[in-house]
Amino acid sequence: MKDSRNSLVTAPYLLWSVGFIIIPLIMIIYYAFTGPDGSFTTRNVGDIIYFVNMKALMLSIALSLVSTCMCLLIAYPLALVLTQVVEKNSSLMALIFILPMWMNSLLRTFAWQNILERKGVLNGILVFLGLQPFYIINKPPAIILGMVYDFLPFMVLPIYNSVSEIDKDLINAARDLGAGSFQTLYRVIWPLSLPGVISGITMVFVPSLTTFVISDILGGGKILLIGNIIEQLFTQDSDWNAGAGLSVILMIFIVISMIITAKYDREDG
Amino acid sequence: MSNKLIDLQNISKSFGGNLVLDELDLYIRENEFLTLLGPSGCGKTTTLRIIGGFETPDTGSVLFEGKDITNLAPDKREVNTVFQKYALFPHMTIAENIAFGLKIRKKSASYIKDKIRYALKLVNLDGYEKRMPDSLSGGQQQRIAIARAIVNEPKVLLLDEPLGALDLKLRQDMQYELIRLKNELGITFIYVTHDQEEALTMSDTIVVMNQGYIQQIGTPEQVYNEPENAFVADFIGDSNILPGIMIRDELVEILGARFDCVDKGFGENNPVDVVIRPEDIDLVSPGEGTIEGIVTDTIFKGVHYEMCVMSRGFEFIVHSTDYYPENIKVDLKVNPFDIQIMHKPESEDEKAVEIDERLP
Repeated sequence: MKDSRNSLVTAPYLLWSVGFIIIPLIMIIYYAFTGPDGSFTTRNVGDIIYFVNMKALMLSIALSLVSTCMCLLIAYPLALVLTQVVEKNSSLMALIFILPMWMNSLLRTFAWQNILERKGVLNGILVFLGLQPFYIINKPPAIILGMVYDFLPFMVLPIYNSVSEIDKDLINAARDLGAGSFQTLYRVIWPLSLPGVISGITMVFVPSLTTFVISDILGGGKILLIGNIIEQLFTQDSDWNAGAGLSVILMIFIVISMIITAKYDREDG
Repeated sequence: MSNKLIDLQNISKSFGGNLVLDELDLYIRENEFLTLLGPSGCGKTTTLRIIGGFETPDTGSVLFEGKDITNLAPDKREVNTVFQKYALFPHMTIAENIAFGLKIRKKSASYIKDKIRYALKLVNLDGYEKRMPDSLSGGQQQRIAIARAIVNEPKVLLLDEPLGALDLKLRQDMQYELIRLKNELGITFIYVTHDQEEALTMSDTIVVMNQGYIQQIGTPEQVYNEPENAFVADFIGDSNILPGIMIRDELVEILGARFDCVDKGFGENNPVDVVIRPEDIDLVSPGEGTIEGIVTDTIFKGVHYEMCVMSRGFEFIVHSTDYYPENIKVDLKVNPFDIQIMHKPESEDEKAVEIDERLP
């Protein structure tokens, strides 16, 4: 009786996950391991060894790592400050930092393009002030900046949640037992906020690794990340097999990164 | 026990315009078991947090062994706290929890190991070193919280309603445990509770608080037998509190009848409050007592019967081992020394005449 009712409730979600997750996944894998004529091949997946693809993948990983680290460095102190400001206003403050998420990410990225352009807003101000203009547009730092700006809220939110869930008496207890502010942070707050840090890392690293919009707009089409290559294979070259092959490679990297973080989470949590 | 270890002078504290402590003066002696007792919102926890360093008073100062520590951070104070909900670090084992303070003080590994073993033995939890806090029961967690505090050898242990979350039987066991610990450690305990029975059982000194004021300071016997005002009488134990008129020394009129008492110095024909404990009223046959009444309700409580007796419009609570059925006519009789006369306060939150009944 109970079982049949349970299956009734879960049926829509089961249908959803089969229709929109499992089947697309199988199709990706199917395309990845077949040629244009439908015969089995490992050539698509093997394409990753080409210099241009490998370079794009490595650059993607490097930029994603850097932007994840920067997000963490910015978000953690920010989350601490947010939880410590006058408690009544803290959720309002958090909201302000989450607010950019409500705007279209494409729009936000175009805004950065406008700001960073050779004759953009930033350089306009610098020149007006008699300072050296600053050229980072179409270079990796601009892409990192775009990633950090776009994905920072995904780091702030889980960390803020996990820090604000820490019982104030645990912090008081640490102080009571002789720990100064830094010791309390290092021995109590940090380890107890790790679940938030882990999910923040995942939520920034994965979209950074797969993005092609940010690198397209702020890289001026000159810097190819793995996401750009996959996008081009699907849209410009209409080579679904090659695109799916690289997608599978990218998925493997994402799964590996999630296994590493999950393992770290278990060991510390 | 005569040294003032901690001296709170003229402490006021308000939260968002709400005055929680109003010019409070209180000292705590070395090796004293002092209990702050009162209803929620009376300022007892705030007082404890001010001593622990988690709150800074708006006015006044906190002296520790004569030195002003009002603005000293909690980690610099020679006191340790046992928190209401234990506040054990969930990501550390029991041993790591207990070692927390010692590691910060950079004690040697062998010293820490000895201390952990000693503390676990003291709270009867040997062998729990490697367990995680969430695998322990509430009572066990409470004892670990105490162990974690005392390994640091504080001069004062602050306990914030530590037994509040435990069930009745465990609470009673822990009361004896705490008295034993206090005697073994020979340090000062400052204990916060709203449970009068806990306070009466464990304390050397009880400080009764209400609405930010101290109502009475005294031994459990003094606070129970000679309540300073109606609030104290009502809060500690069951009591019959009646308005009365002090006719002259040693004679008080209650409900139109005159009772002999032992109190003096309340003037003549002055209104007063009178407290009579339920167990101090004797029910006797009509004509043999001072005032007549009728039993309206009788409940068996185990050790005694609790009876309500309606007399001239006032309902007395009477505890007696003798059974009187409902609707029977009785007389009430009270021994003169069981009648406690108190000043009538001008208003609810009037500052009580702060009489510290401890011997200097």
